[in-house]
Amino acid sequence: MTKGRILASLLAALVVAGAVAAFALAWRPAIAAIDPPSPQSFDPSLVKRGRELAAIGNCATCHTAQGGKDFAGGLPVPTPFGTIYSSDITPDATTGIGGWPEAAFRRAMRSGVDRDGRHLYPTFPYDHFTNVSDEDDRALYAYLMTRQPVRATARANRLPFPLDQRFVIAGWKLLFLRRGSYQPDPAKSAEWNRGAYLVEGLAHCGACHTPRNALGAERANAAFAGGEVDDWSAYAINAQSPAPVPWKAEALFSYLRNGWHRDHGAARGPMAEVVGNLADVPDADIRAIATYMADVSGAPSPDRNRSAEEVLAQVKPSAATATADTPGAAIYAAACATCHENGRALPFGGVRLALSTALSSPDPRNAANIVLAGIRPVEGERSAIMPGFAGSMSDAQLTALLNDLRARFSHQPAWSGLEKTIADARRAQTAMLQTSPGPSSAPAEASQRDKP
Amino acid sequence: MTTVTVNGRDHRVDAEPDTPLLYVLRDELGLNAAKFGCGLGQCGACTVIVDGKAVLSCVTPLLLVEGKQVTTLEGLGSVETPAPIQRAFIEEQAAQCGYCIAGMMMRAQALLQRNIRPSNDEIRAELMPHLCRCGTHMRILRAVHRAAHLMQTADASTGRRSTP
Amino acid sequence: MKGPVLDRRSVLAGSGALIVSFSLGEAFAQDPAAPKPPGSLATAPYLDSWIRIDADGGITAFTGKAELGQGFKTAFQQIAAEELDVAFAQVKVVTADTSRTANEGYTSGSHSMQDSGTAILHAAAQVRALLVAEAARRLDLPAENFRTENGAVIAPDGRRVAYGELVAGDWLHVQAQPTSPLKDPSTFRVIGQPVPRVDIPAKVTGGAAYVQDLRLPGMVHARVVRPPGYGAQLTACDTAAVEKLPGVIKVVRDGNFLAVVAKKEFQAIKAMAALAAAAKWTETAKLPKQDDLPRMLTSLPSQDKTIFQAGNAVVAGRKTLEATYTRPYQSHGSIGPSCAVAQSVDDAMTVWTHTQGVYPDRAAIAEMLRVPPASVRLIHVEGSGCYGHNGADDAAADAALIARELPGVPVRVQWMREQEHGWEPYGPAMVTKLKASLDDSGAIADWHFEVWSNTHSMRPGGAGSLLAAQHMAQPFAVPAAKPIPLPEGGGDRNAIPIYTFPNAKVVHHFIPDMPIRISAMRALGAYHNVFSIESFMDELASAAGADPVEFRLRHLDDPRGRDVIERAAQGFGWQKGQKAPPDRGYGFAFARYKNLAAYCAIASEVEVNRDTGRPRLVRAVAAVDGGQVVNPDGLINQIEGAILQSMSWTLYEAVSFDDGRITSIDWQTYPILRFNAVPDSVTVHIIDRPGKPFLGSGETGQGPAAASIANAIADACGKRVRDLPLTRRKIKAAIDA
Repeated sequence: MTKGRILASLLAALVVAGAVAAFALAWRPAIAAIDPPSPQSFDPSLVKRGRELAAIGNCATCHTAQGGKDFAGGLPVPTPFGTIYSSDITPDATTGIGGWPEAAFRRAMRSGVDRDGRHLYPTFPYDHFTNVSDEDDRALYAYLMTRQPVRATARANRLPFPLDQRFVIAGWKLLFLRRGSYQPDPAKSAEWNRGAYLVEGLAHCGACHTPRNALGAERANAAFAGGEVDDWSAYAINAQSPAPVPWKAEALFSYLRNGWHRDHGAARGPMAEVVGNLADVPDADIRAIATYMADVSGAPSPDRNRSAEEVLAQVKPSAATATADTPGAAIYAAACATCHENGRALPFGGVRLALSTALSSPDPRNAANIVLAGIRPVEGERSAIMPGFAGSMSDAQLTALLNDLRARFSHQPAWSGLEKTIADARRAQTAMLQTSPGPSSAPAEASQRDKP
Repeated sequence: MTTVTVNGRDHRVDAEPDTPLLYVLRDELGLNAAKFGCGLGQCGACTVIVDGKAVLSCVTPLLLVEGKQVTTLEGLGSVETPAPIQRAFIEEQAAQCGYCIAGMMMRAQALLQRNIRPSNDEIRAELMPHLCRCGTHMRILRAVHRAAHLMQTADASTGRRSTP
Repeated sequence: MKGPVLDRRSVLAGSGALIVSFSLGEAFAQDPAAPKPPGSLATAPYLDSWIRIDADGGITAFTGKAELGQGFKTAFQQIAAEELDVAFAQVKVVTADTSRTANEGYTSGSHSMQDSGTAILHAAAQVRALLVAEAARRLDLPAENFRTENGAVIAPDGRRVAYGELVAGDWLHVQAQPTSPLKDPSTFRVIGQPVPRVDIPAKVTGGAAYVQDLRLPGMVHARVVRPPGYGAQLTACDTAAVEKLPGVIKVVRDGNFLAVVAKKEFQAIKAMAALAAAAKWTETAKLPKQDDLPRMLTSLPSQDKTIFQAGNAVVAGRKTLEATYTRPYQSHGSIGPSCAVAQSVDDAMTVWTHTQGVYPDRAAIAEMLRVPPASVRLIHVEGSGCYGHNGADDAAADAALIARELPGVPVRVQWMREQEHGWEPYGPAMVTKLKASLDDSGAIADWHFEVWSNTHSMRPGGAGSLLAAQHMAQPFAVPAAKPIPLPEGGGDRNAIPIYTFPNAKVVHHFIPDMPIRISAMRALGAYHNVFSIESFMDELASAAGADPVEFRLRHLDDPRGRDVIERAAQGFGWQKGQKAPPDRGYGFAFARYKNLAAYCAIASEVEVNRDTGRPRLVRAVAAVDGGQVVNPDGLINQIEGAILQSMSWTLYEAVSFDDGRITSIDWQTYPILRFNAVPDSVTVHIIDRPGKPFLGSGETGQGPAAASIANAIADACGKRVRDLPLTRRKIKAAIDA
């Protein structure tokens, strides 16, 4: 044989080997379908536990389209690569997971593979769900299999070639999926470990709050350093948090439990939905999440604490009213101060803006969103209502206002690109109609009233 | 003194720039349709249209509407020459005490100006900022559908957009 | 046709319009034992109290009732036009005004059709008879063959005499007869027609329609600073800085009553905020615990009365059920906070107000000002829907008190949203305990019903009912609470079941103590009592294994009630043994308001989300019998409204408070129905009863709607919630339990 020929054969062998390897990497066996199990076959207490876990995991939020049936999928999730549509996870035998045995469900959560052996796009955050224990997977399975089955044809994902070929996901997984259950840290408390297990697993906080690399995976050494979701900025929730008052565990618990905290403001946008889902989760789990996340941030620096004291002193009820010396200031005084400086406590009075993370955040997007759309009430429940100003404020007026608020209520430098952010926010909202509703059913406790 | 353009006419009004538009309309200009329901942006009774968009005039200070076109219910039509939205509400008898109705109509008008074929769900979503205590909701929905139909037929028959 | 009435004066030849003159409280001239004319004619018998005819033929009908948005102006215009045989457009209706209309008390209790409508019906018929008699007299012909048409009397030979030509002096100042030559209902042209409401065109084109739209020359704007809670005492208030604010004309302080007047409205609002900040109060209120209301109510001192007894109420049946139902305080929640304009000129005070009772409120305001009632005039101008005793009377008193300080100047008082929510008198919290047993055949063998409630009316009457009068330096005491007597009742309204049970006992525990300010709210006790009875009927039907509709019919003798039940069931498609789709349920309920007003039955379909507990009314079908229907569209509007309003009360509403203050002070903290929960459809079937008396229909739907929805929820999720409001959380907790 000639050298060329040997080379060619070697190359061919390599390609074949590579293909075989790639195939071996990518291929997963199908798991045989079963008849949908009868809902009565599941222990009610397991189903109840599954409901709580599903609430922590926010399953309904992604797997329910606006106006669609619960868990029937169809929600478009925009990614830098294209739009993915969530799937039907009701126990329908044809379009849902009705034919999935528990092992298939567990494999999906652990490895991101469906019953047919196809790789799932990591928009489904199995890079987090891989940490969920077998026991919790069992409860989740029981919960999902006892939901109302819905026949809902899946909408085709809109991805360019070759991303629409699922085997490429195998490569992504190779690089970024750390499979396996969560390992507790014996040096930490049980509560901390529970929190870590939930946060890194089901609650998948990092999926929104961690920045991603060019291939769409969370950046490993930037955990909780801030991300984005649905045209909202998901703030950094580690030591780089822009919140004027650092988050303590107690405040975090209160915020996650009630949807607001007097030193921070109210949850809006996608976070409002998260908090809404957490309403059914036991206090102990919320507390665990709060404990873990407070530790992730670490103790605030003395500088940060000092700054926080100043802010808290500034927002006492007797603080001076707004002046109207610039156009933005005049808008604030006329349109905002009536609620944001009227002395009525959160959640029914506007937050004192010096406490607002949105105004201190490097990204002005949330501030723009909230002023444009306001906060819509929760059906039939005591909840915050803020009017939106999309109709009454032009882009120029909103720019002037936000510049004023930034200067007056934060210690941060002026935002850049504000005009574009505002224009984008307006466009996105027109498309989405409205932001999610605000936090629900805040109790009227005596301590929340301001006394004369 | 500030100039505000309402229903196509300029008005010089003696009101501070931080005065909510609602009081300018009612007290300076004597217009009745926009109503005080809460002053907090929670009930919709004060709704008017500014540059084509529905706004809550009780939380819109005068300084925000300088240079913009404000339209109130009075600007849409009269008893003698009612606009489609007004005709529709009369024909459906869509009112009990009627206090919330003007606000509803302005919100609906703004919707129909940008979407002449709204679905039932779209109308309901659009009217979310509005409260009606008498329970006239069913008629209000019917009236908005009727107005849409009137505008569509006017559109079709004249070949151009019906009077906004 | 009857001949001329007795005691007529001789007629002066055509001298113009009649002068309306009537005397308040003038004794009925005839024998007191003689039968009285119907409706409000019994207390205001002079025909010219009700009808005036101008020389040009224009006709005015007067009513002492107020247009609240129910469409009465239109209905009364129809009635007058019908019986007078004139075109609808020829009649004008003048409503409650202490200088112009009869004293018909309050526009409440669904009495307007029964009292005022009836009075106008009969007065118009009698006026027509007088016109015919007069024409006949002038033409010197027997009256029998005359007829009327289009505002004229037509002689047998065709000669026309217009009404305007017949009027002279005050010849309508004669007393009504007990009976009237009413038209045959089968000949009605206007009554029974869905005549478009006369007030809607202005309301949809920005015409002046409400007291809030009143603008008088030189009018100034006032705002009251209310105390932070009941009984708070103003200990200090430095008003100097407030008096210097732009536009401020005056600060009024009278004891704990504090208000500021300014030239412009926004100036008044800003001054109010400054004044509120300057005011120092000592708070004294000790409010009950919000989640402890049922226990509190059943342990407060009460006056206990057995209001109904049949047979022997000792338990006699085979299977016994017991249930307790509760209702929190609920708010009228008028969309337009209360407003009034008052002007004092030469010691005569005029108040433009949306009070439901111009005469009682006048008496109270006169007492408060310590002036003779004749020197105070109250004119009703529409407000937003009030649904009972809201802040209207108080706003009128506020305006009068302030106007007294600025003689000659019209003063406009507009309540803020927080003030309306915080200070209106609420619908009282109530508790009902029911016990009944079934006999072997599955019929109800005995029935035991107890209700605990405050009075349901603290309306003026006396000055002490008015906030301003309670807060003044020389205050008036809140009058002692009294129960509203049966058959109308207050807390015991509709407590007596309309069904026939062999053994029954109904006890009313009247609670005089009112830790929270309460008064009349639409349907009064009937809302909760019907909710309780009709929920319990379903619970009994279920225990008997019976269909809910069949079960009710089994115990109901009243034929009109049976008709309404059957009509609603049929309209809904109710089938015995039916099964709703998954997560949905069907519910039925029925009542006759006050057991003497309109009948209403409602069938509903509700969907319950088992994960969230969220109830959603999918559709409702109602049937109503309101006697002779004057305006069918108006009636449908009222029932549709009743269903949606009651749905909001039933699923969402509870006044909230802490130890010292009301905390549900705006729409954030007192949420009501929004468009995302409006049902797919509401259908109303009317059973018209031509010739039968008018039956009040403005409050007949609320109780049945509540129970129908509650029953549908129970059917949908298999769990029964008995504590209003039936919130998503309560339903979810019941499902999870």
